[in-house]
Amino acid sequence: MLERPKRKNPVLRTRMPTLPPAARSRVALGLTAAAALGRFELQQCRDCGTVQYPPREACQKCLSIRLDWKPQSTDGELLSATVLHHSNDLFFRERLPWRLGLVKLDCGPTVVAHLHERVATAPSRVFVAAKLDRAGQAVLVALPDKEANMAEDRQLREFTCDPKFRKVLVTDGKTALGQATVKALAAAGADLIWVGHSEPWKKFAGFDELKAIPQVTLLPLDVTDSKNVKEVAAEIGGKVDILVNNAEYHRTHGIAARYGVDTARAEMDVNYFGLLRLAQEFGPALRGRGADGLASAVAWVNVLSIYALANFPPHGTFSASKAAAHSLSQCLRAEMRPAGVRVINVFPGPIDDEWNQLLPPPKVAPAALSGAIVKALREGVEDVYPGDVAQEWLARWRDNPKALEKELST
Amino acid sequence: MARKSYEGVAVAVPVTVPYVRYSIRAAHWWLARCLAGLLTASGLKKEEIDGFSISSFTLAPDTAIGLTQHLGLSPRWLDHVPYGGASGVVALRRAARAVQAGDVDIVACLAGDTNHVDSFRLTLANFSQFARDAVYPYGAGGPNASFAFLTAYYMRNFGATREDFGKLCVAQRANALKFPHALFKKPLTLDEYMKARQIADPLHLFDCVMPCAGADGFLVMSEERAKKSGLSHARLLGTIERHNAFASDPVQMRAGWALDRADLYEQAGAGPEDMDFVQTYDDYPVISVMQLEDLGFCGKGEGPSFIRKHTFTWDGSLPLNTSGGQLSVGQAGAAGGALGMVEALRQLTRQAEGRQVKDAKLGLVSGFGMINFDRGLGSGAAILGC
Repeated sequence: MLERPKRKNPVLRTRMPTLPPAARSRVALGLTAAAALGRFELQQCRDCGTVQYPPREACQKCLSIRLDWKPQSTDGELLSATVLHHSNDLFFRERLPWRLGLVKLDCGPTVVAHLHERVATAPSRVFVAAKLDRAGQAVLVALPDKEANMAEDRQLREFTCDPKFRKVLVTDGKTALGQATVKALAAAGADLIWVGHSEPWKKFAGFDELKAIPQVTLLPLDVTDSKNVKEVAAEIGGKVDILVNNAEYHRTHGIAARYGVDTARAEMDVNYFGLLRLAQEFGPALRGRGADGLASAVAWVNVLSIYALANFPPHGTFSASKAAAHSLSQCLRAEMRPAGVRVINVFPGPIDDEWNQLLPPPKVAPAALSGAIVKALREGVEDVYPGDVAQEWLARWRDNPKALEKELST
Repeated sequence: MARKSYEGVAVAVPVTVPYVRYSIRAAHWWLARCLAGLLTASGLKKEEIDGFSISSFTLAPDTAIGLTQHLGLSPRWLDHVPYGGASGVVALRRAARAVQAGDVDIVACLAGDTNHVDSFRLTLANFSQFARDAVYPYGAGGPNASFAFLTAYYMRNFGATREDFGKLCVAQRANALKFPHALFKKPLTLDEYMKARQIADPLHLFDCVMPCAGADGFLVMSEERAKKSGLSHARLLGTIERHNAFASDPVQMRAGWALDRADLYEQAGAGPEDMDFVQTYDDYPVISVMQLEDLGFCGKGEGPSFIRKHTFTWDGSLPLNTSGGQLSVGQAGAAGGALGMVEALRQLTRQAEGRQVKDAKLGLVSGFGMINFDRGLGSGAAILGC
């Protein structure tokens, strides 16, 4: 069990973030692409079916270049294990001893994997998963069982962004999603949750219930107000370990149905510039604390929309603002990476709220979405598409983005 | 088709450029010193050497061809053998064929590397595509981690103990004390071996080679040519080379030797029992044991009882790594693949001074190289006689 980290001595130096080795060949990034979605996929030859690892440019059996990344059985046998007491890399040197294993997967290849502490002495059965490490690159981990908690494991916690014992800022507590997210984070063991509300003179629905949660501190936060964002960051920025940006402005217009730019500008001001303001004020503080002990700064969550991938014309300007935010989040991800702070993008389908009133079900319930956010933090994925609509759009978009555009325009 | 004989090939002039832990020089410096050493020791002129075989990790961005201009050479035969610990044997085998074919008169085989303070880490991080993608991000333990897996697996399956491996390391240290160029100058006891700090379980400090800078080289020519120049030499009686053998074994417990050893001994007209000494590639003791098994000194898995039955110092029942091996001399990058070769030549030409194996007439040199992902890919062996 993970023990509550001791209070930090503010006089002591904060350890600078280091990253595990991040270089990968392009072909190896297929493993990362799947791991970013929480999937375990290996290269499989379309012609002869051979599963291979490490990733290659051609099938090692039949030399075919028709290689697909396919989900594979995660079962395997630990053949041999070691505990490193020496490493040539700073990241691991600071975290020794470090346990590793050689695992023969039932689907064929032998792999090197980080070991969960509960994995039994070789030979033993294990489950292998692909996870993003602090450098944002995929690594394989071997677990004793499918339910093994990575966040409670000294080594594997490095690959998660678990909220337990961490301090979180949720930028908007006014919405059903914001409130559900706060509750889910509290239930997941977050230490402190700051909750922003943009109109502090008004008591919104659910205010009292939110205030009654012991970990919660409400504070005025308006992401369209640069001065306010700066002040809030000055006050709490150095303590935030996880920032969940759920502030959103959503109207349901395309171009012709709403003349002028006011609505579109308001959407951009919250959805895009709001993210930019937060990133400029909170980003540097999070970056400085990427290796600050067991409860270091660890993640930044953006609630985007599946409409960020392809424009949904009935919500055309909203889609555009989310696409802009998505693009900016990729910049943020690149800038947070040296500190090992993960940027998690959440792409929900339509949320079951007032602005999606006219859309048919299935719609994502706020509680389900908040659950997906906490799960993404725990499992350390990078992109998450909660809900059936998001999953379906993602599949259509990955299959043929042009086809999706045509389908959405009719 | 049956392999043709290596008859008529002479191997001569073992040269070691004394190793140092760290060097501020480039690999070119070490290879230049090695060539100069070969010329001094042989009395040959630079122009008389018309072939070169080069092995080096740290020569990059240059390769063998860049070295020709760097050192003012104009060879008619040039080889670059980037096979790490297998490169000494591979260089010899290929040079021997070129000499037999008349493509070249004299080949200088040079293997060497520099070692700056941070070289080793950089070499590991970029060792191979598979290492970069699928090994280095896992703790960055380098070959220590890879050999820890093999050692743990071997111990579990074949009943080897740390004492067994320790016996090899202690014997090699005793040999090294008689080799002036060995970097390790102090005796090693089994107790010290057992109590050394852990590196990667079950490997402890004295199971691991120490990276250093250095170079080794030798000459390959026809016996006629060697006699004409008055060079004492050994004869190449047989040699094998194999890469990525037994690829479907889930964990490496054998390598190419097991596939080709019958051919090797047939060429030489001798068997393992006839060898007066063996030089294995010994970056970790487990790999020496694997070579002894695969080369037929004992059966697979019989390494532990074989070790308990024999002594391995230069005056022991099976003299092994008689100059101390890499474990006690140091691992000068690719030179590690030639260390056993130059020692075998010293033994067979009676230049081994205080560690001379009595009446040594036949010796076996084995090479093993390149942990590309989870195992060493290259293997080779040569039998030399005088």
